[in-house]
Amino acid sequence: MKILVMVKRVTDPNVTVRVNADNSAVDLNNVKMAINPFCEIAIEEAVRLKEAGIASEVIALSIGASQSQEQLRTALAVGADRAILIEADSTLEPIAVAKLASKVIEEEQPGLVILGKQSIDTDNSQTGQMLASIMGWSQGTFASKVDIEGDKLNITREVDTGLQSLSLKLPAVVTCDLRLNEPRFASLPNIMKAKRKPLEIKAAEEYGIDLTPRINMLKVEEPSARQSGEILSSVSELVEKLKTEKGVI
Amino acid sequence: MRESMEFDVVVVGAGPAGLSTACRLMQQAQQAEREISICVVEKGSEVGAHIFSGAVLEPRALNELFPDWQERGAPLNTPVTGDEIYLFQSAEKAKKIPNSFVPKTMHNHGNYVISLGNLCRWLAEQAETMGVEIFPGFAAAEILYNDDGSVKGIATGDMGIGRDGSQKGSYMPGMELHAKYTVFSEGCRGHLGKELIAKFDLDKDSDTQHYGIGIKELWDIDPAKHHPGLVVHGAGWPLEKDTNGGSFLYHGENNQVVVGLVIDLSYSNPYLSPYDEFQRMKHHPVFKNTLEGGKRISYGARAIAKGGFNALPKMTFPGGLIIGCDAGTLNFAKIKGTHTAMKSGMLAAEAIFDVLTEDHQGGLELENFTKAFKESWIYDELYRTRNFGPAMHKLGTFWGGAFNYVDQNWFKGKMPFTLRDHKPDYAQLKEAASCNEIQYPKPDGEISFDKNSSVFLSNTNHEEDQPCHLTLKSEVVPIDTNFSIFGGPEARFCPAGVYEFVTEPEESLPRLQINAQNCLHCKTCDIKDPTQNITWVVPEGAGGPNYPNM
Amino acid sequence: MSILILAEHDNISLKEITLTAVTAASQIGGDIDLLVAGENCHAVAEMAAKVSGVNRVRVADHACYKGLLAENITALIKSLSNDYSHIMAPATTGGKNILPRVAAALDVSHFSEIINVESADTFKRTIYAGNAIATVQSDDPIKVITVRGTAFELSETNGSATIEMLTEVHDLGLSSFVSENVAVSERPELTSAGIVISGGRGMQNGENFSMLEKVADKLGAAVGASRAAVDAGFVPNDMQVGQTGKIVAPDLYIAVGISGAIQHLAGMKDSKVIVAINKDPDAPIHQVADYGLVADLFDAVPELEQSL
Repeated sequence: MKILVMVKRVTDPNVTVRVNADNSAVDLNNVKMAINPFCEIAIEEAVRLKEAGIASEVIALSIGASQSQEQLRTALAVGADRAILIEADSTLEPIAVAKLASKVIEEEQPGLVILGKQSIDTDNSQTGQMLASIMGWSQGTFASKVDIEGDKLNITREVDTGLQSLSLKLPAVVTCDLRLNEPRFASLPNIMKAKRKPLEIKAAEEYGIDLTPRINMLKVEEPSARQSGEILSSVSELVEKLKTEKGVI
Repeated sequence: MRESMEFDVVVVGAGPAGLSTACRLMQQAQQAEREISICVVEKGSEVGAHIFSGAVLEPRALNELFPDWQERGAPLNTPVTGDEIYLFQSAEKAKKIPNSFVPKTMHNHGNYVISLGNLCRWLAEQAETMGVEIFPGFAAAEILYNDDGSVKGIATGDMGIGRDGSQKGSYMPGMELHAKYTVFSEGCRGHLGKELIAKFDLDKDSDTQHYGIGIKELWDIDPAKHHPGLVVHGAGWPLEKDTNGGSFLYHGENNQVVVGLVIDLSYSNPYLSPYDEFQRMKHHPVFKNTLEGGKRISYGARAIAKGGFNALPKMTFPGGLIIGCDAGTLNFAKIKGTHTAMKSGMLAAEAIFDVLTEDHQGGLELENFTKAFKESWIYDELYRTRNFGPAMHKLGTFWGGAFNYVDQNWFKGKMPFTLRDHKPDYAQLKEAASCNEIQYPKPDGEISFDKNSSVFLSNTNHEEDQPCHLTLKSEVVPIDTNFSIFGGPEARFCPAGVYEFVTEPEESLPRLQINAQNCLHCKTCDIKDPTQNITWVVPEGAGGPNYPNM
Repeated sequence: MSILILAEHDNISLKEITLTAVTAASQIGGDIDLLVAGENCHAVAEMAAKVSGVNRVRVADHACYKGLLAENITALIKSLSNDYSHIMAPATTGGKNILPRVAAALDVSHFSEIINVESADTFKRTIYAGNAIATVQSDDPIKVITVRGTAFELSETNGSATIEMLTEVHDLGLSSFVSENVAVSERPELTSAGIVISGGRGMQNGENFSMLEKVADKLGAAVGASRAAVDAGFVPNDMQVGQTGKIVAPDLYIAVGISGAIQHLAGMKDSKVIVAINKDPDAPIHQVADYGLVADLFDAVPELEQSL
């Protein structure tokens, strides 16, 4: 079984971004970029499935700017076999990304697609679900445990109330939560080897899909700073206020 | 057992010196149609992440390295359009120094206001295009030696070690990188450079190295107040007469300015806080008028080696070189180190390439470098300015400044004597009891800010669960000596709030709390700790600040 | 305009967070229907019918909807979609699992976790972990939206909607529900708790955190810590709230002995109500707190526990 892993280039999670001066976007000028942390978990899971003899090949797919090659090389360095970049200049919405990915799936015929549960830039958490929908496949989102038995995938999902276990029919789309695994570091020799692994670059336009944005970003603002409230004189006053004014206890 | 890899040359640190070495080596190899393998390791998460400088660039070395840098898109976008120098007399008053009284080295015509981080990102692209392997996120943690004592290479740090020293699930042992020649270009006070200087006694014929701490911020300002290319320098207030230093304000591109303060680490009052000096400095009208209404977007700090010519150690040892600010090639009279760092890297590359063609084992002492260095403009330049720093130290800002004016403008730096300055910076601190406490004003949240919110803007981070990279030789010295005698100066000289003295109730003495996650890798603690009890070692790779456009 | 809201429930009772989505929908305007899909979920439908502002409760009761399987629920919603201009759900793990699938099935874009309704086609949502707020608009014929619970008030529950049973069953057979383990931890998870009480360096040691645990037990709160408390070795790192720890946005956040470094604020500033207990009146935490108590925590915290 082939596994397709999707990888997104995003701002480094350690970097705090700021809104640009004309409130049109977040300023990404020379901001350090990195692989989306949830995508790292997705690659790790795919590589572990290959190491366990379940997957035959791990293909990393990124859809976005040309520089996403760096993130694909990272995926190759931690164990993906080959990579595909669908290059697009504009910022693609999840629905467009999912449609492009569905075309790659038609070509590559993977038995499983693994993604991060969301990217830390747009915080959407959409692409995996949309891809499953377009393919008519089963989906297992927010996974904290994945087991493959024959043509079934048993998944434990992190839900608000605790853990949910589902059985999915393969092929399926899985999105990863934080606790699924702890990604490995890429070693120096593997980073060097990754430079020689195949990385195919295609243009998004080749696929004949309407990539026009559906959502207009009208404005981007910084969140308003919190106002300081009142200084109270006693615990009893505090409890009273929390009960009656705010109704939070 | 660690794995190892073999290269012709390993470079430690992707700064201007190391990247110039890599580029120059590849250029020569291409010209000679020879294949050589070069590996650059960089502890920052990417090239440029840890690069911190003013910066006004004198393009002399870059012109030599890439005469076509303009076509290649080097990020030199803002030529210097004007120089202003102020002597700050008080919190309100300043005197603008007429140009004719300014030491010539302080004139910036023909230079560029740049982000050195961005220049390094560009240099890295050039190097990679030529085939250099650059590995960001890998810290050189250890020097490896051959049996004959020559340097064999370095080992990168282990990854995935827990706070208690145990191996975590993600554990990955470090890697040995062997090379015929290893070039150390870690920047000022590199922790391997420090080891090399001691081991090979490289500084036996040179004066004690001296350092400063530079703190700066990047601001978006009101476009109406922005003058691209304007370079402002200042001296005097808020620093006391016995404390040397200088302030700067550079107008770059995109309506941004950098504002900063460099303070000599030879200061003596343990109550002095470079961070707070800088914060209050910005309230001087010369700075405040520019910054008011703007927004601070980044913050950082870094020590600089400013001993210059007199303190420059021997730069070669069997199997390698120490170059750039790791050795101390900065020209303090110009307050510039990039062009000299780059030049030292290029000379290193030429010396290495010469012997690589003859000798295939490596491990030699590159005496050809020493000769080429002496014949180069960098030697001439550093020699001429050898008295600048010592004059400031010995004579203070005013008389030192006067001396430097005469020395640099009348004698072109060739006065027939050399001032010397032997006392190391850490030994300059006086006992707290004999000093006055300094009351710094509270930050106003508009122009000046608290330390925590500043550190936040450096985007610094370290994996939480790892051994502390600020190591102490003795656990009791911080309280018994540093706190009890010197009033705990590390809490003040650290610009990132790494060191805190915390007193528990019912205890009479505090304990030292080390917030290693805040560290900006500035190395000030390693330099200024009066007991030299703190040793800075590299944390897990990719840890540290993530400076954009700094 | 007419709006369909997917109700969040456990087949026994309607989850309160559904009421925040109803509030958001009422700000858009138009008729509001609630969809209750589950197995043996009639009691939920009864509760849903009482939610003010709801026109009709549509109930799909079948074994194939147990565990709110995304594949089947999407097919169900798609079959109803012709009636609606907006399809909404609270931004729970349930809503976030299903609604993107619905959007793709309808070939429209999707608004995740909106925090404000500007108009029927324009909304605000946070990006970059709350560091920026985007105003977004779409001309898609059907808007598919999840709603952040903490950003909207609860709607009233004095209505009387009609209940309609849906009989058509959409079982795609792609996935099946196996089990659900409701978290048995005595205290809720930090990131999902409605109330969080955190301690900082002022707690002085790990043992003193038991004072916070007692308060937490009375309030059903989770216990967190600042980085300073973690760095000092008082408590393990998984309790850390902040830029490098967990990001929380509970209804009530009580910061005890926490100075309020910006790194900590980054992890809790979106909390609805913030209380600071700190003896230092200049501590930055007081600048963001709705209520500040300048007091010794060793007096104030036990007193707080007694008065709950």
